[in-house]
Amino acid sequence: MYHRLLILMLSAFFAVPGSSFSQNKALPQHWSFIRPVKSPQPEVDLSEWLENPIDSFVLASLERLQITPSTRADPITLIRRLSLDLTGLPPDPQHVQSFISDQRPDAYERLVDRLLASPHYGERWARPWLDLCHYADSDGYLTDQLRPYAWRHRQWVVNALNQDMPFDQFTVEQLAGDQLPHSRTDQKIATGFLRHTLSNREGGADLEEFRVKQTLDRTRMVGDIWLGLTIGCAQCHDHKYDPLTQKDFFQLYSFFNNADEININAPLPGEEGPHAVQRVRYLKKRHEILAPIERDLITLQDRWEKKMLYAAHNPGKDHRWDRQWELLGLIWGGGLGEGQLEGVEIVKVPRANRTTLQNERLQDYFLNHGSLVDPKEFSRLELGEHASNLQQARKDLPSMARAPTLKTAQNQRPNYIHLRGEFRSPGMAIKPNIPAIFSVSLNSDSPTRLDLARWLVSPENPITARVLVNRMWQEFFGQGLVDTPEDFGMRGNPPSHGKLLDWLAVDLVQGGWAVKRLHKIIVMSATYRQSSKTREDLLEQDPGNRLLARQTSMRLSAETIRDSALKASGLLSNRIGGPSVFPPQPDRVNMEAFGSNPWPVSEGENRYRRGLYTFLLRTSPYAPFTIFDAPNPNQTCARRNRSNTPLQALTLLNDEVFLEAARHLAARIIRESDDGLQARITLGFRLCLAREPSKEESRRLTSYFMEQVRIFNSDPQASSILSLPGNTTTESDTFAAWVGVSSVLLNLHEFITRE
Amino acid sequence: MMNCLHPLTLQQRRLFLQQCAGGLGGTALIHMLQSESQANIPNELTHALQPKMAHFAPKAKNVIFLFMAGAPSQLDLFDPKPKMRELHGQPLPASFLTDLDDALLKGSAQVFSSPRSFTRHGQCGMDFSDYLPHLAQRADDLCMIRTMFTDVSNHHPAQLLMNCGIPRFGAPSMGAWVTYGLGNPSHNLPGFVVMLSNSTGTGDLGGTALWDNAFLPPIYRGVTFRSTGEPILFLSNPRGINSTTQRARLSAIRDLNQLRHRVTEDPEINARVSAYELAFRMQSAAPELIDFSDETEHTLNSYGVNDETTRWFGSNCLLARRMVERGVRFVQLYHYTWDDHADLNKNLKRNCSMTDQPAAALIQDLKQRGLLEDTLVVWGGEFGRTPMHEVRRINAAGREGRDHHPFSFTMLLAGAGIKTGQIIGQTDELGYHGIEDKVHVHDLQATLLHLLGLDHTQLTYRFQGRDFRLTDIGGKIVSNILA
Repeated sequence: MYHRLLILMLSAFFAVPGSSFSQNKALPQHWSFIRPVKSPQPEVDLSEWLENPIDSFVLASLERLQITPSTRADPITLIRRLSLDLTGLPPDPQHVQSFISDQRPDAYERLVDRLLASPHYGERWARPWLDLCHYADSDGYLTDQLRPYAWRHRQWVVNALNQDMPFDQFTVEQLAGDQLPHSRTDQKIATGFLRHTLSNREGGADLEEFRVKQTLDRTRMVGDIWLGLTIGCAQCHDHKYDPLTQKDFFQLYSFFNNADEININAPLPGEEGPHAVQRVRYLKKRHEILAPIERDLITLQDRWEKKMLYAAHNPGKDHRWDRQWELLGLIWGGGLGEGQLEGVEIVKVPRANRTTLQNERLQDYFLNHGSLVDPKEFSRLELGEHASNLQQARKDLPSMARAPTLKTAQNQRPNYIHLRGEFRSPGMAIKPNIPAIFSVSLNSDSPTRLDLARWLVSPENPITARVLVNRMWQEFFGQGLVDTPEDFGMRGNPPSHGKLLDWLAVDLVQGGWAVKRLHKIIVMSATYRQSSKTREDLLEQDPGNRLLARQTSMRLSAETIRDSALKASGLLSNRIGGPSVFPPQPDRVNMEAFGSNPWPVSEGENRYRRGLYTFLLRTSPYAPFTIFDAPNPNQTCARRNRSNTPLQALTLLNDEVFLEAARHLAARIIRESDDGLQARITLGFRLCLAREPSKEESRRLTSYFMEQVRIFNSDPQASSILSLPGNTTTESDTFAAWVGVSSVLLNLHEFITRE
Repeated sequence: MMNCLHPLTLQQRRLFLQQCAGGLGGTALIHMLQSESQANIPNELTHALQPKMAHFAPKAKNVIFLFMAGAPSQLDLFDPKPKMRELHGQPLPASFLTDLDDALLKGSAQVFSSPRSFTRHGQCGMDFSDYLPHLAQRADDLCMIRTMFTDVSNHHPAQLLMNCGIPRFGAPSMGAWVTYGLGNPSHNLPGFVVMLSNSTGTGDLGGTALWDNAFLPPIYRGVTFRSTGEPILFLSNPRGINSTTQRARLSAIRDLNQLRHRVTEDPEINARVSAYELAFRMQSAAPELIDFSDETEHTLNSYGVNDETTRWFGSNCLLARRMVERGVRFVQLYHYTWDDHADLNKNLKRNCSMTDQPAAALIQDLKQRGLLEDTLVVWGGEFGRTPMHEVRRINAAGREGRDHHPFSFTMLLAGAGIKTGQIIGQTDELGYHGIEDKVHVHDLQATLLHLLGLDHTQLTYRFQGRDFRLTDIGGKIVSNILA
């Protein structure tokens, strides 16, 4: 403890505001910049407690302070903990039963393997990853238009995690999938990772300003997610605490400065064939429609393009054309989540150098929006009419799913330092490069995103594996070994178990960046399997449980709470993937967003999909999730809050979603057990908490149930409201009382907690 | 009931109370430990919210903080600078630029004289521009600080500094600190309530981190209220559940949670129980709170509740008064569209017309009802705006704006313990820096705590091996503010 304190004090001392870098450089290097090594596992007394190397490190530090680890959690707690941690869902009663009756010595490991292989594993682990890249289904800012294909990247993440894609490949495909040789569609979809930046389509928005903001966001993501460094601090000036200069920042920025947003055709199964057939017909029709005026059309469009480019290079000369230029960047692909600057970039490329599709799309834009160039000629050629004829012809084209990705810019932008962080104040010209502190030289004159991605997951990078291991650890223990997961720099806190962190980091890389393997090592440890029970002897010595002498009870995440309620009641859809859905929420929530995007409540199975698939509108995220600490979808979140408020109580008590779950849970309890009151209460407990009730708990619920039957018996109207349409077997007062019991179970602290 | 449930072990309880009493001196702690044997169902978190003794006799019991996020322009509202007229359109004199390192300062910025006209108001002769006619009428009830300064010039960090004492995530909000230090006299409403203005989607608001409990127990987190419809999401019972069945549900939940607590001794369970009980009480208290039918037409009109422009902020101001009447400790209103980089004339006018009348009505109404004697009202944003015009946007004449300015800005105080009818501090001839009686954000925070009877150096919480406080390592009481 004292050692740790000392480190804290020392790091606070050395991080005095205003200290310059030359001073920093004179210091011994900060721990996270030194390459990790596997230390030998320390000797311990209580060696029979050890399950794997994790435990040696943990136990050694406990023994130094004469603390004993906690006892192992009971099997029911373990299977519930494991199920929630690995799949984000509570276990089915039959799985609990078979686990506790499994006497084989490797029963626990078998359970771990089964859960790691579950298709729900990818769904559970996608969520924290999407928090990092701040996934959402809309543009953000004032207009907050929808992005109907944002989910393609989410789907890719779920699949990649389920297939246990090694983290190095996972990194490379998401940062530079489009730059891989012979890049496949799925690799380009992966790069949709970088497309969750916000788009401003509000009139008056400066196109370059918001492109720069997106690029800054991407740059900061590399810092937050892979380097665990607050590099954003070095945007306006050299970093105050960490050895990162403003030049470092903009060199990193330069990797992304020439990545253009585009959407690509990314057909879903079954779409491609029919589309291709119709597309041939459409092109023929298009030719028929435009052929009679083709020459004049091209001449006119060329004039329009010239005017547009002139306005782009001479702002302030003619405000009408300034506005036309701006509009091209604001409305291109709006509501479809397309890259908004794609049109602007196409105009800059000479016609002959464009692809057929680029020419086609720009021509369509011109036909719809180009009349300013010469209104008379525009109407003489009847271009408006042609535009609507083309639109009519397109109606026969079957749908073809798109996907957001990036591509290397055709028109390369110069890279320079933004003086004081201001993009209008160009400073020194620079090239893309890795921050100097890492002392690497890339073997290229013009390094690419692909080079950056490959370096991030190369053994030369001392920090990324640690940052990843730490975030994973946080999911299993409630806090990271470094409890500032987004900051491994001088201002971050030092690790509680530095050698353990390093051992795991090195082991991860040696194991080929296999994430499931890492998860398995963690959950197989004795440390993980401890009871989370509060220990009086630790309260004073280690109230924050940094020493890991016990597991930690954690309130479940927003999505997991809802998923658990749906699962217990039998409503949860098992379908994996697909577009986002709209579970019910109060109308008012959505009304508060300026864009007033509709919230068409989903019907049928889509009402009961996992929370991961809930439509995420940036200006107005799904309210029950916000109440349970789902993060702001506009910025990277490396650790969620776990608050405990009256608003959460009101949500679980009164939200339609949870009451609906209670009604279905009641029906399920009645349906699946006809053995009387006690058996039904026991089933309710098993469905919600995996365990059986104690005598006292059973007694309390029984008296509650009897009281409710009495009340509802005298209130048939309330009973019938709570009943389900299909309920014919049970008296409605009894049914309503079971709804009450079910609701009580879904509101228990234990239900929304993983112990 | 208590007999069949184990209370916290003595040690847990003592540790908890030490934390909760955090620096309140031994008295409250001893009192609570003595009453332990008679402790009823209320667990430690009910204790946590029970009114606590302050460090010394307080002047104020409640706070209403009207937070003007985005940063209103002090030079166009409160701090007239005739000298600027001479320098209008000229570069800033070099003497102002030496020794300054700020990302937002541009060499090309030119002095931008305020187009507003100023008049002195009240017996004290306090300056207000023509955009704030209503607050101007309250001049003698106000203390104007013209020399506020802060450390950062971006919205979010500066908002965090003003609200939480450090310009980063992770520290508790002032409202959380105050509720932690003094408890919540309201039995039925949260101790710390936050209300947001309608912003039509624009604005610069740092979000929930500004009213977070951070490392303090979560019960101290600010609870957001809405001023129309259900004040809180999911406040009403669902169809088929009436107050009897709701109460029965809650009792069963509470008892089962407490049975579980016997097994795991997880303190979060007790927090959960408290949250549920408070939720239930809020269900009956909140509708009554937002029901304005017992207010006179005159009152409603004075707050501008019936006027389209002022309705939102006016309703929130009226709600703030009603909350204070019902004992809510700390009410914070956010109006967050003051970030006028361009079109200052138009935008500032709009923001003023939305907020001026309601804010003035609040002060007058509190005064009339005798509530101002116990209530501290604070008006202000996270920083000020530059004496120069904005250079980041095109500045057509008449459409100029001002940039962020951390070195001097104005805040207003009214109510309990404040020496009103006075102006604190003086800024230089361009309003660039304070030149006398400068007040740092931490100084203001220390003074506000002082008025509440709390010593800012003693109101601490141990976290990660360090005693944290609202004022970080700074803060001195601004004695000339005090009555």
